[in-house]
Amino acid sequence: MIDVLYFAWLRERIGLPKERVETGAATVAELVEELRAREERYAMAFSDLSAVRVALDQELSEFDASLDGVREVAFFPPMTGG
Amino acid sequence: MEVRVQEAPFDLGAEAARIMQGRADAGALVTFSGIVRDEGGRLSELRIEHYPGMTERAIAAIADEAETRWNLAGGLVIHRHGPLRPGEAIMMVATLAPHRADAFAAAEFLMDYLKSRAPFWKKEIGADGEGWVAAKDADEDALERWVK
Repeated sequence: MIDVLYFAWLRERIGLPKERVETGAATVAELVEELRAREERYAMAFSDLSAVRVALDQELSEFDASLDGVREVAFFPPMTGG
Repeated sequence: MEVRVQEAPFDLGAEAARIMQGRADAGALVTFSGIVRDEGGRLSELRIEHYPGMTERAIAAIADEAETRWNLAGGLVIHRHGPLRPGEAIMMVATLAPHRADAFAAAEFLMDYLKSRAPFWKKEIGADGEGWVAAKDADEDALERWVK
């Protein structure tokens, strides 16, 4: 089981801020494929990955990164702080 | 460097005064504060979302990097979240250093990284409806000058 978090427009499109996901995905990209296959709202949210960033256990990461030992995955748009 | 992520407003002057209090070793204090623009009267609210936990870690990592790159005597980063009105301060950085060149450079570095490497997202609410602020290529390009 892995905690998956969504922020900003990803949270709005998917319709929830956080969920626990039972997954056999080895990488972030595989997890995204599983999520996309679930429902249209996920497919919509992940339709353009160039507009999505990912953090693994609260550290910025990449889509080809391994999920081995990861407890928390977060998806969000490019950050706009400051 | 002190890092605070909070919903409440802050007092820029009081924070700056506190940072330099009794620091006769430091000859320079630079402060920067970001303010909510009204976008020509069209914006009524700026709502800032963040990723609790990661936000503090990301800012602390950026602050640590600034401390390794420049000769600093101290500093402070405050970033707010939640609903903000035009004219309100969103965030501030203060850098204290023996000499001003370090204080200015570190403050610019902190700002450039806070823009695109701290997990905040801004939503504009106004006369034209509401929408998420898109990240700018220029903000990403601004990081390149700091690559060693």
